[in-house]
Amino acid sequence: MSTNEKMFLGSMFYPLYAIASQISPEPHSSGIQIIEAENFKLHCLQTLTGVKFILITDPKFVGVDIVLRRVYEIYSDYVLKNPFYALEMPIRCDLFLENLKLLLEEVEKFGISYK
Amino acid sequence: MTIYNLYMFDKTGSLVYYGEWVRKKPATMSKEEEGKLVYGMIFSLRSFLLKISPTDIQDNSFCYRTSKYKLNYYESPTGLKLVMNTDLNSSPKDLLKSIYAQIYVEYVAKNPLSLPGEYINSELFAQKLNQLVSMSPIYSQRNL
Repeated sequence: MSTNEKMFLGSMFYPLYAIASQISPEPHSSGIQIIEAENFKLHCLQTLTGVKFILITDPKFVGVDIVLRRVYEIYSDYVLKNPFYALEMPIRCDLFLENLKLLLEEVEKFGISYK
Repeated sequence: MTIYNLYMFDKTGSLVYYGEWVRKKPATMSKEEEGKLVYGMIFSLRSFLLKISPTDIQDNSFCYRTSKYKLNYYESPTGLKLVMNTDLNSSPKDLLKSIYAQIYVEYVAKNPLSLPGEYINSELFAQKLNQLVSMSPIYSQRNL
């Protein structure tokens, strides 16, 4: 998938998230948090600042909230605190990518640890 | 365990039936507009899932959860789309399949007077649907 396609899919998800909260039969619903299909699960964390983290996992994965929160932590540490990063631009910060890779490797090998 | 509402769309996207059991938040738009919004959303969501899926999707159903409700989608082999909003703990996939097989097929598809694309005004259909839904284990005291 090219970067453009990824951005396209990301922008497709954004209004779907908003519509879900609008058509809710209960008041004060959030947007889409989990989508379950037959062969994968998509998790979305929306932060207080409106940034969305989307993670696609296999259906049996447990502990996604923790992973998403850790990604959010890594994002705020290595991207937002990076003086050379401009908001809304694609992220090309090395430390972010390194730490993200470490996190995902840790999750794959050992499962989630509560730190 | 609660069932909130049910939308049924035919393969062209027109709203064929809307059933409501519990609705805390009143609709902010007319039934037709809301039907179009829901249809647009599930259509886009379906193509989004097809593109993003790591392997081919065989199953024609999916569901999503928000903090307050769960939306369940089932598409029949003939293109009829059923969208049901329930509470967070329910799994109404079998109920949706039986709504299609036992209620829609029996009382609409086999009805010589019902035209495709038309809204289902049949009282018998509504009655049988309500019967099936209230017998389901997902339907709770809260619905009454």
